[in-house]
Amino acid sequence: MKAITLHFKGNGLIACMAWAITLLILFSSSAQAEYGDVVLNNYSSDAGVRPVIFPHWFHRIRYSCKSCHSELGIVFKAGASKIDMAKIVNGEYCGACHNGVVAWSVENCDLCHSAANDMPTQVHMSTRQILLKGDAK
Amino acid sequence: MRFSLVLLFLMMLAPVSTTLAENDPNPFNRLFVPPKERIKTLKDDGVHDPQVPGLDLLQQPADAFKPLPTSSGGNYVNWVTALRTGKIKPRYSQADPKLEAMPMDMFIVMEVKGSMPNVSFPHKAHTEWLECTNCHGEIFVPKKGANRMTMAEIMLGGKCGICHGSVAFPITECRRCHSEAKQAAKTSTKPKK
Ligand code: HEC
Ligand code: HEC
Ligand code: HEC
Repeated sequence: MKAITLHFKGNGLIACMAWAITLLILFSSSAQAEYGDVVLNNYSSDAGVRPVIFPHWFHRIRYSCKSCHSELGIVFKAGASKIDMAKIVNGEYCGACHNGVVAWSVENCDLCHSAANDMPTQVHMSTRQILLKGDAK
Repeated sequence: MRFSLVLLFLMMLAPVSTTLAENDPNPFNRLFVPPKERIKTLKDDGVHDPQVPGLDLLQQPADAFKPLPTSSGGNYVNWVTALRTGKIKPRYSQADPKLEAMPMDMFIVMEVKGSMPNVSFPHKAHTEWLECTNCHGEIFVPKKGANRMTMAEIMLGGKCGICHGSVAFPITECRRCHSEAKQAAKTSTKPKK
């Protein structure tokens, strides 16, 4: 701990922010789910289904980032690709793989729609989420 | 033999120490939650609905990460090493199974104001996973020195912070980026012959 203060000496703002965030990350006991679990809830709660949890860490073990973020047009912001069920059934986004050929198909609703009710769109445990606690993106 | 004795001893201690821990005002870690205890199971992670039928079918992060090299933040996995040692073999393209990454080995050293060491950006560790256009387009101008950024911006999810702080190792791992001693940097910014 002492070592960190020494390195930041000389730049007050950064030191403050760095400390705030280090403390928050190290000591936040409410932080639980896996880093990089993406919750998607643009439409789900309104449509009366559970929001979606996309386990980002699980997919990066199997695919490069490019597979999804270039080839499938998924953007770098949770919720911003506006993925919905119609597109998935048409073979876009999740549907490019979850089609019963590459990976299990859309009929397994609960494997995707697994979030607690009304969980807002977010990247769980992201630095931003931790810094702006309460404001889930 | 000695090991099993120790184990037996520990097992005898266990119930005592848990009752102690509950009332003990001086536990070893008071505020800090050790990484091993921090990640709960999907059932009690606070994000999944424990009532979902089929939750048991989903993989527990801890199981997935068990064989992978570790790091000190984020998923507690060193993804770069995991890839290079073949512990994971992500498909480079979901469309074309024959396509392979064409990593580019080039470091960009960024001079840092203040006392922190300079930042050395490794293109290789990024192009093993990503395409040039993922970054060169909306995020970074492909010109050395043309991308000004601050730590505050990164913490709030801009520039490097788009990924580092949401899916790639978080910025609490300062030294993985601030890795280039200041003097050494002066010489290495000159074009190499
Ligand atoms: C591969 C993952 C996946 C599977 C499987 C899946 N969904 Fe979805 N679903 C999504 C995603 C992603 C969204 C968009 C989430 C959001 O932003 O609210 C969504 C949204 C929805 C919505 C909101 C409105 C709409 O039309 O988009 C409904 C309703 C829905 N799904 C029903 C279902 C049902 C019923 C099943 C099973 C037959 C199912 N889903 C299976 C991923 C999936
Ligand atoms: C299987 C597909 C897939 C792979 C592989 C993948 N991602 Fe993602 N990523 C997604 C989806 C889906 C989202 C949510 C986007 C949305 O809702 O619009 C996302 C979101 C993100 C975000 C936004 C996080 C935020 O703060 O909102 C970042 C950054 C990101 N991914 C980076 C990466 C990187 C880096 C890799 C490679 C290590 C990668 N992704 C691999 C599918 C993928
Ligand atoms: C590039 C291909 C690809 C895309 C795109 C993709 N997935 Fe997957 N996904 C897979 C594969 C492969 C598996 C593993 C299937 C298996 O277990 O056989 C998987 C598994 C999963 C799992 C189960 C993980 C576990 O614990 O077993 C969930 C949940 C999931 N995907 C959700 C989604 C959602 C939601 C999207 C869209 C936002 C999506 N996936 C997009 C390829 C993809």
